[in-house]
This record gives sequence, C-alpha cells and structure tokens, in this order.
Amino acid sequence: MITLDSRYPHGPRFSMLSTTWSKALLVVVCSTLGVLGANAQASEANVPETIHWTIPFGVGGGTDVWARFFTTWMSDNIPGNPTLVIDNVPGGGSINGSNLFAMRAAADGSQWIGTSASTQYPAMLQDRRVRYDYDDWTPILATPTGGVVYAQPSLGDDAEAIFDVLEDQRVKFAVQSHTGLELPVLLALDLLGADVQAVSGMRSRGEGRLAFERGEADIDFQTTSAYFSSVQPLVDSGKAVPLFSLGVLDDNGDIQRDPAFPELPTFNEVYEARHGEAPSGPAAEAYRKFFASGFTLQKLILLPKEAPEALIREYRDAAHRFVETEAFKEASMAQLGPYTPVVGEVVEQHLQDAMSLEESTREWLVTWLQEQHGARL
Amino acid sequence: MVDVLFSSLGQLFTVPHMLYMVIGVLIGLIVGIIPGLGGIAGMSLLLPFLYGMEPSIALGMLMGLVAVIPTGDTFASVLLGIPGSSASQATVVDGFALAKKGQAARALSSAFLSSMIGGLIGAMVLTAFILIARPVVLSFSSSELFMLTLLGLSMVAVLSGKDVFKGVAACGVGLLVGTIGMAPATGEFRLPFEIDYLYDGLPLVVVGLGIFALPEIIDLLVKRGAIAEQPCQLGKGWKEGMTDVARRPRLVARCAGIGSLMGTIPGLAGSVVDWLTYGHAVQSAKDKSRFGKGDIRGVIAPESANNACACGAMVPTLLFGIPGSGTAAVFLGGLLLLGLQPGVSMLETNLDLTYTIIWSLALANILGAALCLGLARPVASLTRVPFVILAPLIITLILFAAYQATRSLGDLFALGIIGALGVLFKQANWSRPAFLIGFVLAPGAEAYFYQAAQFQGTDAFWRPGVLIIGALIAASLVIPPLRVYLRKRRTAVSSLTPEETAPLALGMIDMLLLASLLIGAGYMWWAFDDLSLLGGIMPRLAIAIIVAACVCEIVRTAIKPKAWQLQPSHQQLLWIVGFFALVGCVMIFGFLVTAALFCLCFLLLVARIQPVAAVGLAAGVTLFLVGMANLLTLTYPAGMLAGL
Repeated sequence: MITLDSRYPHGPRFSMLSTTWSKALLVVVCSTLGVLGANAQASEANVPETIHWTIPFGVGGGTDVWARFFTTWMSDNIPGNPTLVIDNVPGGGSINGSNLFAMRAAADGSQWIGTSASTQYPAMLQDRRVRYDYDDWTPILATPTGGVVYAQPSLGDDAEAIFDVLEDQRVKFAVQSHTGLELPVLLALDLLGADVQAVSGMRSRGEGRLAFERGEADIDFQTTSAYFSSVQPLVDSGKAVPLFSLGVLDDNGDIQRDPAFPELPTFNEVYEARHGEAPSGPAAEAYRKFFASGFTLQKLILLPKEAPEALIREYRDAAHRFVETEAFKEASMAQLGPYTPVVGEVVEQHLQDAMSLEESTREWLVTWLQEQHGARL
Repeated sequence: MVDVLFSSLGQLFTVPHMLYMVIGVLIGLIVGIIPGLGGIAGMSLLLPFLYGMEPSIALGMLMGLVAVIPTGDTFASVLLGIPGSSASQATVVDGFALAKKGQAARALSSAFLSSMIGGLIGAMVLTAFILIARPVVLSFSSSELFMLTLLGLSMVAVLSGKDVFKGVAACGVGLLVGTIGMAPATGEFRLPFEIDYLYDGLPLVVVGLGIFALPEIIDLLVKRGAIAEQPCQLGKGWKEGMTDVARRPRLVARCAGIGSLMGTIPGLAGSVVDWLTYGHAVQSAKDKSRFGKGDIRGVIAPESANNACACGAMVPTLLFGIPGSGTAAVFLGGLLLLGLQPGVSMLETNLDLTYTIIWSLALANILGAALCLGLARPVASLTRVPFVILAPLIITLILFAAYQATRSLGDLFALGIIGALGVLFKQANWSRPAFLIGFVLAPGAEAYFYQAAQFQGTDAFWRPGVLIIGALIAASLVIPPLRVYLRKRRTAVSSLTPEETAPLALGMIDMLLLASLLIGAGYMWWAFDDLSLLGGIMPRLAIAIIVAACVCEIVRTAIKPKAWQLQPSHQQLLWIVGFFALVGCVMIFGFLVTAALFCLCFLLLVARIQPVAAVGLAAGVTLFLVGMANLLTLTYPAGMLAGL
C-alpha cells in the first residue's frame, strides 16, 4: 500500500527509494514528463483525474506561490488525489486571464480559478475591460490577510502625534495604482482627515516600501507577511512608526483586532477614538466593501457555479479536512500568516455582500478618485 | 562571517547539493538555448518541486538555473540572430555578424568564456557587497533611476554612428511604441485603435524577435546560401575566441563590474545592461569601424555583463524582496515557497543560505560555461547548413517563442508588424538597437520622471547622484565628437577613412520611412487628444522627438552631398506578406497543424530536400512543440476550424 507523506508531496514515496539520488531522479523524470503524482483510487463523486487551475498572474507572484502552496493540500485531501495543474495566464493585472476563464472554462468541476484583490476590485469598479462576473462562480476557499499602515518617525514621535500632523500636512504615499490593493488604505486615510498625495506607478508593494525606506514616501502600507519580514526591523530600529492595522472581519461582519497585531489598534478604533463615533457615509461604505473583498477574502479558489453539486461539496469538504489541522497551521504560518482560511458557504455569503457595491457609492468613488487623486477610471 | 562563508562552501560540495545544482544547470541551459523561454519558464518548471524541499538544496538548484540562462541564450543570439532572452540582445549585433563571417565558433567561445569570468566577478562582488549594499541601494531614488534611463538613452547617439538623426528617430519610434499601455501616473490607457491585446504594452520578447530576428531571416532567405558567408574554421575559431577574451582582461572586468552594479539597482531590468556595456565597448575602442559588422568586443562586453548582472540582481531580491529582473521575480516566489521571507533577516538569520546562494551562483557559472564551451564547436557547424533548410525550423521556433510572451494570437501579429518595421530599418540602415533601447527604456523613463517630480519636486534635479550621472551623460555625448573634430583638424582630409568622407546615402525606403513617420506622428498626436496632461506627456514627447529628428534628417540630406542608393525591398516585403499568411493559417488551422505542414511544404517545395528528410524534420518540429506544450502546460491556438 502506498502512503502519502506530506513532506514529499509530489508522488508516492517508497521508503527504499528515499535516497537523494532517486529523489533527484524523480525530479528529472517528473520535469520531463511534466506530470505530477499518481491517481491512486477511484472515488464516488466522480472527481476528475486532472484539475486545471487557472492563475491569472505570472509565475512566482504572490497568488502563484499561494496556489502552489495549496495544490498539495487540496490534492492530498480530495478523494482520488487528482493532479492539480497550475495554468498561469498573466496580463492586464489578472483581468485577461479571468476573462479567458469566464469565456472558456468547462463547468464540469475540472477547472478552477485563483483570484486576488486585483481581480475583485476592477469587477467592483466596473472596469470596462472586465468580462467576468463573480456571480457565475462559486468559492471553495478564501484566505484573508491583514495589513498595517506606518509612517516616518520624522512626522511625530508616536501614532497620536502623527495623526495630528496628518490633518494639516500633505503626506506622500507610494502606491501601485489608485485602484489597487491600496484603495482601502487611501479611503481610511481620507476618513481620518489626512491629505495624501498618492504617487502611483510602483510595480509592487515592495517598491512602495523601498520609496518609504529611501525617505521619498512619508507613509506606507504592507500586508502582514511583508510587514513582519521587512517593516518590523525598521520599527525596531526606530525608522518607522506603526499607526494602525486594518483589522479582520469576524463571522458577524464586525471588524476585530488582527491576531497578527494584537497590540495595534484597528482603523475603526482609531477613527472612533478621534471622532467619537463609528465611520459613516459613502467613504466608510466603500472602505468596508473594499476591505472585505481585498483583505478578508483576498485570495479565492473559485469554480463555475454550474459545476456538479456533489463535486463542489467534495472540494469544500476536502478544504474543511485540513484547514483546522495543526500540520496545516504550522505550514501556513510562513505562507499566510496567523489567519485561518474560510471555507464554502461562509465565503459565498461574505463574497456576495462584499462585491455588491451600490451604484451611489461607486459614483461617489469615481468622483473622489478624480478630484482627490486625478485618477481616471 | 568568514566561517559562515566557508561552512556554506563545504555544504556546496555534498552529493545532494551538487546533484540538484547540476539538474538546475541543465534545465537552465535548455531553456536558455530555446529562444523565448528564459528564466521564467525554467523557474516554473522547477517550482512544483520546491515546496517541502530542504532550502539549501533547493536554492542550489534554483541558482544553477538562474546563473546559466544568460550563458545558454548566447547560442541563439550568435548562431541564428535571435535574441534568446532580454539579457542577450546586444550580443546579436556583433555575434550574428561574426557568425555570418564564418566565425561563429570564435564568437561563441569568447562569449562563454567572458560569461564565465563575468559571472565569477559578479559572485565575488556580491560576496562582499551584499553586506554593505543596503545604503547603496537606498541611495538610488527615483530621480537617479530616471537619470540612469537617460544614460541608457544616450547610448543611442553612440550606437547610431554617422546617421545620428536616423538613430534618434528610430529611438523616438521605440519610445512611442514603449508608451503603449497604461499611463503610470493616471491609469489611463493609451491604446492605438482600442486593441485589447495592447493593455499591457507590447512584450519585449516579441519586439526583440521582430526587430532583429525576422529581418535577418528574411535577408538570408533572399540571399540564399548558409548563415556563414565565408568558410568556417571551427577549431581555429574556438581557440581564437579564447585568446580574444584573454587579450582584453580590462574590458571584461569593467563590463562585469558595470553589470553587477546595475543588477543591484532594483527597477532597471537586465535588458539595459547589455546595451550600456555594448555602448561602453564602442566608446572605449580606438577603432570603432567594425562594430556592428562583427567586432569581437561587441560580444565580449555584453556577455561579461549579463551573467554578472544576474548575480547583482540577487541583492535587491534578497535584501528588499524586490526582484531586479523577471527571473529574479520568479526566484523570489521560490524563496517564499521554501518558507524564506527575503528581507533584512536574510543577512541576520539566514546568512549561511545567502552564501550558499552566492557560491552556487559562482559554481553554476563555471559549470554552465564549461558545458557550453564544449558544445560550441559542434553547434557552430549549424552555420554551414544551407539556410533554406533551417528557415522553416527557425520560423516555427520564433513563432513559438513569440507566443510564449502572452500566449495570445496578438503576439504573432505584433511580431509580424514589428518585423516589417525591422525589415525597413535594416534595408535603409536605420539603427535597430536604437529602436530597441527606446522601447525598453520608455516605461522606466516615464514612471521615474513622474515619481521624481512628485516625490521631490524641483529638488530632484540637484541631488549629487543626479549631477554625477548627468555629467556622465554629457561626457558620453560630447567627448567622442570632440575627439573626431580634433583629429580632423590635425590630420589632412586625405587620411580620413573612406567611410567618413562618403556622401550621404539616400534611398527609396529612407523617403518612405521619413514620410510615413511624419504622417504617423501627426495621426498619433491627434489620436492622443483625449489623454490628460500627465497621461499624454510621454507619447507627445516621443512624437516630438520623431518629428524633430526626421526634420533634421531631411534638412541634412537637402544640404549635404548625397548619393542615390538602391534599397531593394520587394522580395523582403513579399516574405513579410508570406509571414502574415502563415499567421493567418495559424488562426484558421491552429498552430500545430500549421507548423507541421509549413515545415513539410517549405522543405519540399522551397528547400527541395529529400522527402524522407523533410518528413523527419517536420515530425521532429511537431514532436518538439507537443513536448513543450506538455512541459509548460501550454495550449496552442487551436484555430477556427477546431471551433466548428
């Protein structure tokens, strides 16, 4: 009987074959064939032998790495251990690949797509390039992330002092684009009364951080994993002051403190402390939606809604089987941070709520982007 | 620190480490040799195996791959005139010219030896530099990066030689083509004719293949014969190439130095480095007349630089988590899959792994170059084969390579259009490197200028770094013409080379190009009318450059003595039409069927070789394409017929 060892995920591992040579041989053989793993047993729900997983981003990018991390876990937990083949279709900031998937993907459960905030946002903003619709898809799993806004110590000694300065001094913030992952951060800073000059055209969040480190940007934002590896050392050496985290959404839709940053207040806390009430109005509404779709549900595994009901259930069950295990938590700490993926119906509800941006809010946003940041949609 | 340095060296020479590194090197060489694949494809072949591997071993494998790609891609550049990847575009200019002279073996062995030395120098620089690199990298702000793009652009003047205005006009066209896509400042789209394919701009691979490879292929088809126009001397050339490098240690060292430093600056992709060092080789040479016609220094300079640059690109990748090149971006993904977060911690907690990476780079460079040196002689004999036999295979190969760029049919059409432009440029002797430099640097120049202006205002242009680079640019523009002028004054007119005294050449294609560029510029100006000020400033600047250069060229030809030059183009244009017909067939019948039938028919009807051989070759091509599709999870265009 062949047993699967999670440390050697790409094929059945025989104990007698565990020498380096044969592992190396395995890599060579597999890379020449381009085929991974073996299909061990047939299953009840008619699981396809191969699942093609479209990733509308380039190889080695954040979403690609995320997907590759999940292929092993999904494949090991779906009955019949289907082979998951990642198909990178980059272009147009994930819009091209998603359009192609919407147009071509078969609804037999053998085709998945992995999307990210930059796939969700253009759909919400009704970008004219978007020809996909999240209503046509159903989620298997979603992974959240958090993030922290931080500032130059030259603005003030602590967060309170900096918030005061922000209200009357124009600060610079290096962003990828005005409608990118930084959109909720721009909205949050606007709600706090900060006058932000967003300099766009960074090719990654990392480039934005570099501009901050060079002293060109006054304020910056990083998601959890990048914050720990690259910003925490700056904070420790007094080169950056953390201001607030974005928090996380609980199952009731309320924002709670981020488990990764338990000592840091969330944006909502900061706002309430300074204004005495919870944020409201179109800006707050837009913030809530874009935070939910870009952070709480940042990366999603989806498949066409018309896929066989039993198969969808099978995939969701597979995800349920591993997300709470200790082994997964340990492995996912480095990849996802201290967040647990959300599975199945819960994602579906949150997703529908997050993606439905009211027309009036959207119009407000378009005007705000044009007037405040000179960005055209 | 020193003990870490050597303990990681010890780890390198263990069996598993060496074994996986050799696998990485072999895969790297293969994807390097196949045009259009390069580092990203290689990395994606290895990524599926990374998760769960021992980090130091996995890193050895990845580095083996990263290190040798700029080595392997030299084969295509030198032998076929196909820029294998963005890192070896400058090599094409003189490398392919040498191959045509029958000196392919010499060019290849020079290239590999300088690659190896360059890679080793790069690894050495990296060893020490990585510890102090942080402040240096941080001192390059957006304004310095903007000035560096200008420095790259100033190479146009160096590369276009006597026909400066034609070169500048070509560069302007490159700039204009490079602005297609999203405006970095406002997020507006600059799309000629609202074509969806152009949202991300044209891919560099497609432009490189179109501007260099297609015109050369067509030229060879028109001329008939083999790539090598003169008899080959493989054995002698091989040794000659080695001595060529040995005789120019300082050029190799300088270019490797430039390469590794440029690599460390995030945001300036490796594609600039080879042109900068090529320009440097031209500038520092006493006799410039043979550049572009087969000067070995034109091969040595970019090849010493590009491997060093791959080493340098590890600095921003490891220290800041910001990839310095496309390959480095995928390498970064590999690090994340191994559970390693790049950043300051790479030096503090993972210094041993960092040095494993550097040692692997050095070792893989030696291995890769040695393997390639061994292959150089037999492979160089390809240049003796009659080109009609190679042509269908190469055309299929560049179609495949171009299709890798975004995997859409648009790639093939873009290849044809840029190819047509390339044919015109080549026949009329307009600088094709200038076009490419403009294209490569346009997005950087625009984004960095906008960022510098936004971040720093007018202070941006008084920073010391900016002034130093500015002085470099001024020197590179002013000193060479000054020297020529002084020499002219000192010597009698009769001692000038015939090239310098020859009258200006003017031909049909020159007229055609000048007229259509002016008309095109006018149209584009009008078409970009609805862009905002910020979003439209760069294309307008490019248009202004084109117009100014064209006008200057017209004035120059009007006032100076000129000779009418016959610029044949009918046959060439016929082949371009043929190429589009081929793309049309791909659209209708699908890529695989078209490629197989095209090879077969071409070999039988045009090349007239034995039917058995033709069938064999066509089957080989088909097998290669099918194999690649499996390996890279690639779907070829299926054609309209398949949809019925």
